[in-house]
Amino acid sequence: MVATLKAPGQPRAILGLILGAAFGFGLVVTLRAISGLEIFQTEQTGYPHIIVPAVTGPIGYLLGLGAFDYWFRWAAGAPTIPDDHSQHGAKSWKDYFKFNTDHKVIGIQYICTTFIFFLMGGLMAMLVRAELAQPGTQIIDPGLYNGLFSTHAAFMIFLFVIPVFAGLANYVLPLMIGAPDMAFPRLNALSFWMLPMAGLLFLGSYLAPGGTFDAGWTGYAPLSTGAPLGQSFFNLGVQFAGASSVATALNFLVTIVTMRAPGMNFWRMPLLVWANLSTSLLVVGATPFVAGVQFMVLFDRALGTNFFQAAAGGDVISYQHIFWFYSHPAVYIMMLPGFGIVSEVISTHARKTIFGYRLMALALLGIVVLAFAVWAHHMFVSGMFAWLRVPMMITTLLIAVPTGIKIFSWIGTLFDSKLHIENTSMLFSLGFLVTFVVGGISGVMLGMIPLDIHVSDTYFVVAHLHFVLFGGSVFTIFAGLYHWFPKMTGRMYDERLGRYHFYGTLVGMLGTFLPMHWVGLEGMPRRVADYAAQFGDWNLVMSIFSFILGAAQLIFIYNMVVSWRYGPKAGPNPWRAKTIEWQVSSPPPVFNFDEIPRVVGGPYEFGVPGARHAIMHGEEEGAEVTTPEPAVVGAAGGGGGSGGSK
Amino acid sequence: MKDMSRATFFKLTGVALALTVIGSLIMVNINWMGLDGSTEKGTIETLLNVTIVLSTFVFSVVMTMLVYAVWKYRAKPGDESDGEPIHGNTKLEIIWTVVPTLIVVGLGVYSTIALNDIEAEAADSMEVDVTAQQFAWRFDYPEQGVTSNELHVPVGTQLDLHLTALDVLHSFWVPEWGIKRDLVPGSDLPGGDDIDNTVRVTPDVEGRYSVVCTELCGWGHATMRAAAVVESPDEFDAWAADQEKIPKDNVSTGAAGGNGAGVYNDQVTK
Ligand code: HEM
Ligand SMILES: [Cu+2]
Ligand SMILES: [Cu+2]
Repeated sequence: MVATLKAPGQPRAILGLILGAAFGFGLVVTLRAISGLEIFQTEQTGYPHIIVPAVTGPIGYLLGLGAFDYWFRWAAGAPTIPDDHSQHGAKSWKDYFKFNTDHKVIGIQYICTTFIFFLMGGLMAMLVRAELAQPGTQIIDPGLYNGLFSTHAAFMIFLFVIPVFAGLANYVLPLMIGAPDMAFPRLNALSFWMLPMAGLLFLGSYLAPGGTFDAGWTGYAPLSTGAPLGQSFFNLGVQFAGASSVATALNFLVTIVTMRAPGMNFWRMPLLVWANLSTSLLVVGATPFVAGVQFMVLFDRALGTNFFQAAAGGDVISYQHIFWFYSHPAVYIMMLPGFGIVSEVISTHARKTIFGYRLMALALLGIVVLAFAVWAHHMFVSGMFAWLRVPMMITTLLIAVPTGIKIFSWIGTLFDSKLHIENTSMLFSLGFLVTFVVGGISGVMLGMIPLDIHVSDTYFVVAHLHFVLFGGSVFTIFAGLYHWFPKMTGRMYDERLGRYHFYGTLVGMLGTFLPMHWVGLEGMPRRVADYAAQFGDWNLVMSIFSFILGAAQLIFIYNMVVSWRYGPKAGPNPWRAKTIEWQVSSPPPVFNFDEIPRVVGGPYEFGVPGARHAIMHGEEEGAEVTTPEPAVVGAAGGGGGSGGSK
Repeated sequence: MKDMSRATFFKLTGVALALTVIGSLIMVNINWMGLDGSTEKGTIETLLNVTIVLSTFVFSVVMTMLVYAVWKYRAKPGDESDGEPIHGNTKLEIIWTVVPTLIVVGLGVYSTIALNDIEAEAADSMEVDVTAQQFAWRFDYPEQGVTSNELHVPVGTQLDLHLTALDVLHSFWVPEWGIKRDLVPGSDLPGGDDIDNTVRVTPDVEGRYSVVCTELCGWGHATMRAAAVVESPDEFDAWAADQEKIPKDNVSTGAAGGNGAGVYNDQVTK
């Protein structure tokens, strides 16, 4: 008993959680008693005796789990426990509940955890749609309704889309660049374990007096600064999720820059690597702003500061500037990794090299730069200084250009290809091309100030954001999960069930979100529990389709769970792909490579006779062939092997 | 693209253009935005229609290419061969960089012109001070010296709406007028100078509409509505004469907070 509680692991972590919370509670109570303050401050924005334990508890959990053991020993000058690799690999399911530094284990931990959050967020969406099926209030009162869509969005964004991409890349990216692991494996594990803490806080908010946070996922001040206690849980949960993202992004940056296999220069990196490089730049630049602004709200609430209190000289609108300075880049944080996945999937399952590879990579960087200069398009009707609107409209519209380049290049890749449409990940990528183009077009409309003035904060926006987040991000996530499932589990999934899942999702998605454009244009505002009777019919249709959409996900879960256990063995390279992760066994060996591979050519040289991307350990030297200059079509003559026009 | 003949290229172009024309004709003829009840809304509607045509064009081109590629280049079952090793085509890549740039810059310029149009100040306008508070509206008419919980306006007159909120953010929207702007707490305080709290709109169709709050403001947000009545100048004058005078010490006490329930439909009852 004592031994289990002394060794790092879940029992000690839970003990840490309890002790940490107790410590925080005791600290507040003692300090308040000493200062002669009322011991329990229960104004709705206060509750220090709950907020402080909400921070110290999770930190205690991480300490107990062993997240800091190595660093503490090292810092204290004590002998560090030599890395015996006991923290690598997973032999049983129990190992997934430990502090594990293996990027492949962490990748799976991320994917499974975030998928649970996806289901929770989806369940909240089902409740939202159930309430909206009819005008009037049926099952959910307006206060809880506000809480449901706020937590729905917070789960989907902070606990699903952003981290699931980090999880996928965690698994795949080091393998792809021929690295034995991420640059900072312990930091990597810590990043993962901060996520469940964020989830705990978001969920815990439902127990808070006054209910969960209900000021939307945007948490605009001063609604949020005056809201009941649940809002503080949002402020704090975002800190854990944000710290997790930033640490992972730094890890990716260092890994990509310093750990590529010999021979992999920038122009030989697979586009998924380019995409995660770009995403990580966005995260490192933008995420600190959301962390900062949530602290400012927390300080206004709990410490009596006046950042956003107009009456005390605060600046209400500045909340939105800081928030969107993060949250616009965040929409690309939620999309660029998906772009990377789609590039891999389309190239592999169309057996064709990416059309205009270099322009594809440069388009990603173009998006990164522009993404920091468009935030105020969310504020065209906010009452901010009027002069900022037109410049921000122009930059916003210009982002459509690099995005368009990517769409056209993917379609260009499909020409003269051998397209395997029976493949589920290919289907999701093709579906993505359709839905994302719709989302892109409505995005351009929202970027045009006069149109935005009419449709801002209506269901048109809800339609747009789900076309890009569901039709965009989630479709690419599914494409990626199917594509790398054989690599991660060593088994094949059932393509037929995969297709059912795809068509169910596509039909459900279109039926749920397409009519939202129409009711929005016609006058239905967003974030309302109740609406005018004239919108009743369409809302019923949308609710019915949303249940189809929800049900389709059950097929996915069934397919994944059963295939993981009983699927036929996959072999190392079922898709006959060229990138390095497919040249090792499935699942890969604990340390990925016996010897670091040598990269000798581009990542997608399909159809080029004799071309190789990498030479693995044990392959004969003679196998090395320099990439022949590939065929180039077009009058002007493309850049050829160096990838299209520059 | 390598083996695409001129004939195929022209066929595909024809399909894309035909889809654009048919799609645009259908889409432009649908009345997406409901009643066009202000001069500003008309400008916005024209802009929407232009955008719809361009969007239909882009969507048709992309879908034609996509569907053709999927149909034409599907691998036969059991075909394990690779596609053609084509790495790019500079001319195409330049085209699909430049053409979208021209389209979006064009839309940007047109939007800027439309924006100036809908924000143009008329020679003569009527001031209304709009105050929002969880979850009710108040409308003060300084020129008439009256106050009301309903927004009555004479048809064809440009309104100069001055917006303030007493507690949290709210947003003023009459869907039939197409104009929206947040009401920001503190915009009437000395520190609120740089908050743009004036919005103009010229309702030009008589009728009863709803003022809809479109910024989440708490549990009563969904029901935060007020009636907006556009009437003839005579009716308006008669109505104004009947209203309560603005109290002398006009410290905003706000409208009696209410939940506005039951005022969803355009045809609200007084
Ligand atoms: C499972 C299918 C889904 C359904 C049926 C659904 C439904 C909805 C609905 C009806 C709303 C509007 C609530 C309102 O404004 O009153 C909403 C809001 C939202 N959803 Fe979803 N959603 C789904 C999936 C997703 C996914 C996958 C994401 C993101 C990755 C997402 C992100 C959001 C966001 C950001 C909001 C805005 C919340 C706010 O206004 O603060 N949703 N969802
Ligand atoms: Cu944005
Ligand atoms: Cu409201």
